[in-house]
Amino acid sequence: METAEQIRDRLLARFPGAEISVVTNPGAAAQHSLLLGHAHARAIAEFLRDDAPLKLDQCSNVTGIDWPEKKIVETTKVTVPDPAGGPAKVVEQKSERVQPGYLEVVYHLYSIAFRHGPVILRLRTGNRTDQVTVPSLTPVWRACEFQEREVFDLYGVKFEGHPDLRRILMWDTFKDHPMRKDYVEPDDYEWEPTPHGAVLEKAKAHYPTPPAAAIAPAAAPTPATGGAKS
Amino acid sequence: MSDAAQNSSPPVTITDEERAELRRQGILLTSLQELYTWGCSNSVWPLNFGLACCAIEMIAASMARFDIARFGSEVFRPSPRQADLLIVSGTVTKKMAPQVIRLWNQMPEPKYCIAMGACAISGGPFKQGYNVLKGIDRFIPVDIYIPGCPPRPEALLHGLLELQKKIKGFKISGPNAPRHLRDDQECNCPVPEFGEHDLQPPQNPKVWTAPTIVRSEKA
Repeated sequence: METAEQIRDRLLARFPGAEISVVTNPGAAAQHSLLLGHAHARAIAEFLRDDAPLKLDQCSNVTGIDWPEKKIVETTKVTVPDPAGGPAKVVEQKSERVQPGYLEVVYHLYSIAFRHGPVILRLRTGNRTDQVTVPSLTPVWRACEFQEREVFDLYGVKFEGHPDLRRILMWDTFKDHPMRKDYVEPDDYEWEPTPHGAVLEKAKAHYPTPPAAAIAPAAAPTPATGGAKS
Repeated sequence: MSDAAQNSSPPVTITDEERAELRRQGILLTSLQELYTWGCSNSVWPLNFGLACCAIEMIAASMARFDIARFGSEVFRPSPRQADLLIVSGTVTKKMAPQVIRLWNQMPEPKYCIAMGACAISGGPFKQGYNVLKGIDRFIPVDIYIPGCPPRPEALLHGLLELQKKIKGFKISGPNAPRHLRDDQECNCPVPEFGEHDLQPPQNPKVWTAPTIVRSEKA
């Protein structure tokens, strides 16, 4: 099968002016993906499905990713000439920039006919609040329908052109999108038989403040056992 | 079988062994209470209802290898109107919980509930999530808890035997009578509504309140 770069070049020849870039995967799997602009996404998807050498006739997986806003510290090396005439110094300069958050939808495409794949497509939203629309690929691959509904339900990505965009896992009156990183789940940790870690912190808010007399005095460690017993 | 006489007079102390011995000799001694609980406990018909992987173990328990029929519970009823036992076998999501409670309300008394597996008891591995009920006992009264993930069929059978023991201990009159024989106890549980983030109300205060924990400062 062609590499992502080859597919991108062929797509750019076929759709001049389309926004297509390769997102490399530095991991061992090296599954590089194609990041598509919204304008040509539907046409490119149809092309990939019908293209003779690729024939990606199955969309096996659609998933969402939440990328919250994050600060990126970049270190650049700047050569500063020495005013005294000595050798130039290399100084590291740190600059901070804020990468705005966005939501991403990832499609994994396979070819049943040629038994190859996956080709991975990515679509990104403008931000995480009001520009959360991406074009739906359900008209291209029917298999996307439920999975796009799931991404809508859990991440809040709106799919333009989806035939039936409703919540699929949570109930209809549910608010917010639980797979987003900033989702706050309902606090029903009134009672934890084995509290640990983050759950302990949540459960502690529900603990009644016992009167001082109710607190059992701490057992004095006995020298025989070394105080190891609790 | 003079039930009225036996209920009013001081109870006759006769052990189970003596009674079995009399039975072997052709003498049947019983009371209405004994007959009633004997009948109830040996024909506990479960509801044909599964939620997750625990349901697979429940199915295995009903098949020939483990054979729940040995204990009179082989008749899995497809309708809650004909069932005595609700085996909550698996994860109860918040979306599913109102339906489970509705099934419970549709079952006629006397009815019993077994919480099978870690999820039904407490939410199990999904407890820290946003979508799973942290134990079905927050909404309906549970008679038997069977721990395990999932419990083996033997564990389910053991739970059934414990339930039978519990039923055999029921009194049919007096203050210790089971819920359905008394007027002062509500049999139905309110079905919660879907709220914005959680079920409303998030628990039934009549059957469940958070236990008060007093922790000492011991290490």
